[in-house]
Amino acid sequence: MGLLIDIIMSGLINGSILALLAIGFSLIFGVARIINFAHTAFYMVAAYCIYVVTQQMGLHAVWGMIAAVLLVTLLGMITYKFLINPIREHEGAVLIATIALAMILQEVMSLIFTGTYLSVPALIEGYAVILSVKVFYQQLLSFGAALLILAALYFFLMKTKIGLAIRSTAQDREVANLMGINEARVAMLTMGLSVGLAGFTGAVVVPLTVLEPGMWMGPLIMMMAVVVLGGLGSLKGSFIGAYILGFTEALVVFLAPMGAFLKGPVALCIMILVLLMRPEGLFGVSFEEER
Amino acid sequence: MDFILFHLKRLLTIVRNEVLVLPSRVAVIVFVLVMLLLPLVSRDPYLLRILVLTSIFAIFAASWDLLSGYTGQLNFGHALFFGVGAYGAAMLNLHAQIPPWGSIPLGAAAAVVAGLIVGIPSLRLRGTYLSLTTLAFPIVLMGLVFAFADFTGGELGVSGITRLATTRVGDYYVAVLLMLGLCFLMWKITDSNTGIIFHAIREDEIAVRAAGINTTRYKLLAFSLSGFFAGIAGGLYAHFMRIAGPSTLEVSLSFTVVIWAIFGGVVTIYGPVGAVFVLFPLLEVLRIVQDYRTLLFAGVVLVILLYMPDGLFPWLREKIEKECPRCKVRNIATRHTCRICTASLD
Repeated sequence: MGLLIDIIMSGLINGSILALLAIGFSLIFGVARIINFAHTAFYMVAAYCIYVVTQQMGLHAVWGMIAAVLLVTLLGMITYKFLINPIREHEGAVLIATIALAMILQEVMSLIFTGTYLSVPALIEGYAVILSVKVFYQQLLSFGAALLILAALYFFLMKTKIGLAIRSTAQDREVANLMGINEARVAMLTMGLSVGLAGFTGAVVVPLTVLEPGMWMGPLIMMMAVVVLGGLGSLKGSFIGAYILGFTEALVVFLAPMGAFLKGPVALCIMILVLLMRPEGLFGVSFEEER
Repeated sequence: MDFILFHLKRLLTIVRNEVLVLPSRVAVIVFVLVMLLLPLVSRDPYLLRILVLTSIFAIFAASWDLLSGYTGQLNFGHALFFGVGAYGAAMLNLHAQIPPWGSIPLGAAAAVVAGLIVGIPSLRLRGTYLSLTTLAFPIVLMGLVFAFADFTGGELGVSGITRLATTRVGDYYVAVLLMLGLCFLMWKITDSNTGIIFHAIREDEIAVRAAGINTTRYKLLAFSLSGFFAGIAGGLYAHFMRIAGPSTLEVSLSFTVVIWAIFGGVVTIYGPVGAVFVLFPLLEVLRIVQDYRTLLFAGVVLVILLYMPDGLFPWLREKIEKECPRCKVRNIATRHTCRICTASLD
């Protein structure tokens, strides 16, 4: 019974984090067709930002969160404007520009904070005992915050005019342009939104993980698996895919022998199997006509 | 006697009329000669070591170009082939005592199988789906390597493998000759009819299929060829470093090969090879500023890309050579008329 609750908690948290990351990644892919390898690097930057604000400056974590999201959004928009936009026509160049950007962010962070493992204390101390299993308040808080942001994002995309513009650009860039949507501005805005989501995820996650400059690589792979599993550009797919893989990881970690080594491979095998049956992912839109 | 003289004369004519007139071809000849004659000048083990590794990675980068550049099947998990080649060669050498000249090709054969295993599911996928799926394969294998640590050595890898050759200069010649030979072979493949079909698959797969060509077969061919060359590079690496560890399967290796190839310019074969010869030694030179090494490396890549989004070597070639508008023959940029058809070049 205790094991079950452990699995559920861990699956929900993994899933929510992956969902936040994957939806951001999916948004910018849908709108601008950019595979942003630096997506989780921004998440890492936000986590460090929290560390600086709460540990070194001694301010409250809420300020840290606000600062992290603002800084990372700004950083994302600047890099989009000066690094990605000039070479957007060249797909390959954009690809390695984002990889190089992730490397740069990692190196800058390890220069400033060295490569040592850091940690940030939980926002709320303590834990509740549910059926004789310790569930930390911080876990509940992270989960709640993730759900809240997901709901807010849903309303933003579905109910506002900008959300409509983003969705229509993702569906068909040329027609959206013809309808008077400023495609370049929407792309820039989406980049900010997407990276801001990554920053928020970093801020939520940081008390639960250790902080180190290489922390972006693991989530990057899982996030991509989620996006592919759910179907590229599909927000619903990313959401459901994230929980599928989040729970898979939790199940493997708690139940299988050598689970910690096998959690990634098992999740990725599930992705490959799903793709074999549905090449466009669970909820993917087929991009067949884009030749 | 006459026969030999005739062919010598013919060779001289070809060299004079086809090679010496174009700076890019002269550069390639000079590069080959320098690589072959270098041990006569310097036998510094450190220098030779770097050049051996550079040659190995040059084969690797060119094999990525053969698959991803030519057929457009962007492979983000190319380290899989390298790792399978390395582990395959290492295991065969250690457990079956097969010497390097046997274990490296057999390891490469294992990599061909890996190529097919990746290739067959990938046939159903396109574009970004394909790239992100291929990324998963080396990670799955790496998880297995860690999970079955008794057999694979886990984090430490397989060590205690036979050396490539008995001396460092021997290593150097094995690696360099293989690099030159295999890259020439890859260039020949891409220059043949098969290469043209690879090009066409990238440009418009449906049109190729409409022309009655079995694209499935050609895509699998590209996967296995690329796997073979990358596997040889992996085997060479294992025998040179005398260890095959999980680092050969890492995501960062898959990313690095993409960086090399795109930096040098895809769909050229010479681009990725040249890029490795620029970037790998650059990373060694940057050791003098150890702390800023990766940062500077990434900075250089980023800045060069902003100015030359098609890659370094196509950009350079564009600068020193012009294509004749009438007969499409390449000319040195200083000429005003085409060397073949005398059409005006400007």
